[in-house]
Amino acid sequence: MAAAALRDQLTALLSSMFSQGLVDEQFQQLQMLQDEGGTPGFVSEVVTLFCDDADRIINEIATLLEQPVVNFDKVDAYVHQLKGSSASVGAQKVKFTCMQFRQFCQDKSRDGCLMALAVVRNDFYDLRNKFQTMLQLEQQIQAYDPKQQ
Amino acid sequence: MAVAIEAPFHVLAVDDSLPDRKLIERLLKTSSFQVTTVDSGSKALEFLGLHDHEDSPISTQSDQQEVAVNLIITDYCMPGMTGYDLLKKIKESSYLRDIPVVIMSSDNIPSRINRCLEEGADEFFLKPVRLSDMSKLKPHILKSRCKEHYQQEQNLQSNSESNNSSNPTSENSSSSTSSNSHKRKAVDEEILPHTIRPRHS
Repeated sequence: MAAAALRDQLTALLSSMFSQGLVDEQFQQLQMLQDEGGTPGFVSEVVTLFCDDADRIINEIATLLEQPVVNFDKVDAYVHQLKGSSASVGAQKVKFTCMQFRQFCQDKSRDGCLMALAVVRNDFYDLRNKFQTMLQLEQQIQAYDPKQQ
Repeated sequence: MAVAIEAPFHVLAVDDSLPDRKLIERLLKTSSFQVTTVDSGSKALEFLGLHDHEDSPISTQSDQQEVAVNLIITDYCMPGMTGYDLLKKIKESSYLRDIPVVIMSSDNIPSRINRCLEEGADEFFLKPVRLSDMSKLKPHILKSRCKEHYQQEQNLQSNSESNNSSNPTSENSSSSTSSNSHKRKAVDEEILPHTIRPRHS
């Protein structure tokens, strides 16, 4: 029974992530690939790789924006990368924020970029928390698994 | 159900982003391809046995056939050698130029797409790449193999070949092309692991 409750919790979490626009149908693709390919742990693997990657990129951007003379092309290249990996995992909100971020890079606006960085960071941390909760729930559900339901 | 009876084709996937590599690898494997992933264009060339000096495309050594790659799928935007640079290197090499190349990019820039197609890319995928895109790969592989086959058998037949070979999924026509038939053996085991997974709901 506890497994069923956990499963409900997971379903509720996922549907709220979709309805809030944190993730999009690309994330569903990942889930489908996991289920159809018989590869448990695939979503968890990709999500973890994404989080590590995004964390690294955000730190790189922060460092660049602290320089006395900001290399906006470099910042833009990192934002582009982050946008790409966000799109790949279906992290829709982070992806959209990156698109706005790129505009500030083109305008070479340090203030704009700093603001955009704060938004991206915030969106990313929020998403990462939810991903972590999701993975924890999945682990707990799996621990019950032995055909009991 | 198009779960084919073919030997897995080998795809070389090139992307500098680790999450993207995982994704493309899974997409390809789900579609029954054998996959090798590398994180840069230069590693791709290394894997293909093409070394840096463009003036000597490939030395005619006996070990040159050790890696057989049926298709290369590469990201466009990579530091150092871009996907476009990689494409050009492949098409400049007499040894590699028949391998189909597919370019992926998250930017929908028509001029870029055209440039790649003009340079000999077989297909352009907008990222994120989806499972449905994978079905577009096999025709390119089969086309290139038919071309090869055609060149080999040119002396025997000249005309009717191209008609038949453009639709090579003839399951039980006993006259299936000989170049493929010996490759179609080891397959059953490859597909089995997918079917025996229990599904719990």
